[in-house]
Amino acid sequence: MSYKVTEDGNISTVFLDGEIDMDKTEAAKEVIFPLIDAGKEVHLNLSNVQYMDSSGISVLIESHQKALEMNNKLIVKDVSKSVLKVIMMAKLEQILNLE
Amino acid sequence: MNTEQPELKNISEKKDFLVRSSSLKDVRTFSREVFEKLDLDQSLKDELVLAIAEAAQNIVKHAYKDFPDTDDRMVVQISCKDNKLEIAFFDNGKPVEKEKIKHRAIDDIKPGGLGTFFIQEIMDSIVFKEGNKPWINNLVLTKKL
Repeated sequence: MSYKVTEDGNISTVFLDGEIDMDKTEAAKEVIFPLIDAGKEVHLNLSNVQYMDSSGISVLIESHQKALEMNNKLIVKDVSKSVLKVIMMAKLEQILNLE
Repeated sequence: MNTEQPELKNISEKKDFLVRSSSLKDVRTFSREVFEKLDLDQSLKDELVLAIAEAAQNIVKHAYKDFPDTDDRMVVQISCKDNKLEIAFFDNGKPVEKEKIKHRAIDDIKPGGLGTFFIQEIMDSIVFKEGNKPWINNLVLTKKL
């Protein structure tokens, strides 16, 4: 997994790339969590993530909940069809802020 | 015979992997290569790869929870016969306590506990077989194609 972060005011957009599985979740959290802790509104761009398993879904849930605790929000953007299917299988499409 | 799915060729392929989270990518690659040999639609192939990866992840995460640096290997065997898919997993980790295997309530939104739910959603049956020596655990997933 690789990533890129862009900043626009208080919005940090994290572009994740590759396949998000159990082996990559810690790396993903290390990118996302400090931004949330810093009070940023984090936008997760998943357009280049073609595979995500339950561990990746857990990162989305944790990030979403962490943002709520900070009275902020996490937006999940440009989700690929294959990852959207997994999000829907987990019945999270109404929980996560998908754009 | 399933009227919607054309007759698939019979195959059986297996491969062993080091029981580590870093092997999960290799498990997916192996699974995708096997499914390329079957005339399945991409969406179904993606689901099957997810189910296999979740089961392999459970071996790493649970059966070998206390042995993260093990040199043990797990085996994944994918077989298709008469349009029935059978995916077997063999490992020598901690014996599975079947009664403890359950996914979290799907409307209880919290991290974790989704892997088994995904497997149940995708596959028709999940069976832990016993006595398949020299293996301690032998999980078999099946799905009619």
